[in-house]
Amino acid sequence: MNFLSSDHEMQILAAGVLAVLLVASIIGFFLNLQVKSEKGREVIDNLNARIKAWWVMTIIFFLALATGGIGSVILFCLISFLALREYITLTPTHRADHRALFWAFFVITPLQYLLIALHRYGIAVIMIPVYAYLFIPIRNVIAGEYEDFLARNSKIQWGLMICVYFVSYAPALLLLDVPGREGQNGKLLYFLVCVTQLSDVLQYVFGKCFGRHKIAPNISPNKTIEGFIGGVLGAVLIGTGLWWITPFSWWQAALMALVIALMGFFGGLVMSAIKRDRGVKDYGATIPGHGGILDRIDSLCFAAPVFFHITHFYFAS
Amino acid sequence: MIAALLSSFVRLFTGVQARWFGSAPDDDARRVYFANHTSNFDFLVLWSVLPDHLRKRTRPVAASDYWRAGRLRRFLAESVFRGVLIERKKVTRANNPMDQLVPILNAGESLIIFPEGGRTSEPEMRPFKSGLYYLGRAVPDIDFVPVYINNASRVLPKGELLPLPLLCSVIFGKSLRLEKNESKDAFLTRARAAVEALIDL
Repeated sequence: MNFLSSDHEMQILAAGVLAVLLVASIIGFFLNLQVKSEKGREVIDNLNARIKAWWVMTIIFFLALATGGIGSVILFCLISFLALREYITLTPTHRADHRALFWAFFVITPLQYLLIALHRYGIAVIMIPVYAYLFIPIRNVIAGEYEDFLARNSKIQWGLMICVYFVSYAPALLLLDVPGREGQNGKLLYFLVCVTQLSDVLQYVFGKCFGRHKIAPNISPNKTIEGFIGGVLGAVLIGTGLWWITPFSWWQAALMALVIALMGFFGGLVMSAIKRDRGVKDYGATIPGHGGILDRIDSLCFAAPVFFHITHFYFAS
Repeated sequence: MIAALLSSFVRLFTGVQARWFGSAPDDDARRVYFANHTSNFDFLVLWSVLPDHLRKRTRPVAASDYWRAGRLRRFLAESVFRGVLIERKKVTRANNPMDQLVPILNAGESLIIFPEGGRTSEPEMRPFKSGLYYLGRAVPDIDFVPVYINNASRVLPKGELLPLPLLCSVIFGKSLRLEKNESKDAFLTRARAAVEALIDL
C-alpha cells in the first residue's frame, strides 16, 4: 500500500500539488514586492502565511498517505482531537460536564479511529450516533446536575458528531471495497481533500478578486456570491479533471465534486454561525493565517460523510 | 530536566499562549506575578508559559498545608517547581511568610503569588490578602505584574483529578508598584482591578 513509491498516478498527483504550491508561492512573493497600502499589506501577509501553512499541511497529508492506511487514520484522529478541543473551548460547558468531556476526548475519539483502523465499519458507523449519544447523557445524569441538562448534552453530542464522527469518514474511505481498484482508496481520500480544500481556496480567491455581493451577510460577511460561484465551478472543474484517479467516469466525478463543494460551502456557513454566536472570528490560532484546525476542516466535516456514502452506495461492493 | 519536560507537556496539552500587554518578558526582570486562582492548573499554566530563562528564576508561592501532604505533591513542589511553601493558616512571628519571600526577591528571583488566598469556583475574584502589600513595603522597587489566567478552571476544576485538554491563555498586564504613602486597602484594590482589567483583552 505504499502509494508514493509504487503508484505512478500518486506520483503525478504529488508532483501536481507541488507545482501548484510553487506557483502560489511565486505569486505570493511578487505580490509582496508590489503591495503599497497598509490594508493591502495585511491581506498579502495573511495570504503568504496561508501559502506557507499549505506547504506544511500538504507535506503532512502526503506523508500520512504514503504510510498506507494507518498514517491517515492517525492523522485524522489527531485532527479530530484538536478540532474537538477548539470546539469545546469555545462552547460554554458546565462544571458538571467534566467527566463526560473526559470520556469524549480520551475514550470516544480514539475508539472511533481504532474501529476504523481495525476495519470495523459496521460498528464504526454507529458507535458515536448511537452509543456515544446515549452514553453522554447517562454519564451526565450520574454526575447529578440537572441545570441546562438538554443544552449541555446537545453541545457535547454535536461536538462529537461534527469533530469526530464526520471527520472520521475521510480515513474510512480507505475501508471501501471498490471492485477492480484494490489498494487504491488513498486516491479517493486525496480526491475528497483536494476538492474540498481547493473549493475553499477558490472561494477565497474569487471572493477577494471579484466579490461584490454578500451571500450570507449576517452569518459570514466575507463570503460573496461571486466567490461562491467561482469556487464551486472551479472545484467542479478540478474534480472532473481528476476523474482518472477515481472509480468515477468524468461526469460522475463532476457531480461528486459539485456535491463536495456544496456540502463544504454549507459546512463553512454552519461553523461560522457558531463562531458568530460566540463572538469570535476563528476557532483558534493553530495554523498561521488560517485560524484554528476547525476553521480549516469545517467544509470537510460536512462533505466527507456524504461523499463516503455516495461512493459506498454506487461504487463499492 | 523534569521541569522542562513538564512545561512542554502543559504547553502542548493546553495549547497555552502568552499575551503580554504593557510588560515584556525581559531577561533581568525580577518581579512578582500575581494572578486569579480557580484551579491547581493555574500555576502550571502560568509557570509553563514563561520563557525558559524566566521560568528558571521564578518560584511559585504555595500553601504548605496542601503541598506538603503526600509524597508526590511534596516532590513536585520542592524539586520540580521549587515552590516556596508558606503557612497560610496559623501565621506567627516565627513562621512569617515575609521572612521566606523577601530574601528570594532580594537574591534577584521572581515570585508567583495568588493573592486571593485559595481557589475560587465563582467567576468573581475574592478580595486580595495583604501579602502583596507587605512585599511592596519590604522591597520598594519591586514590579508587580498582574496576570489573568483564562480557562484553567475548565481544564481542571476544583475537586477533579483528570484534566481536559482545553485551550488556555495567559495575559500579562502592565506592572505596578506600591506608591509612597499608598494605604494597604488602596494598593490591594488597585492590584485586584489590574487583574480584572485583563479579563476582556
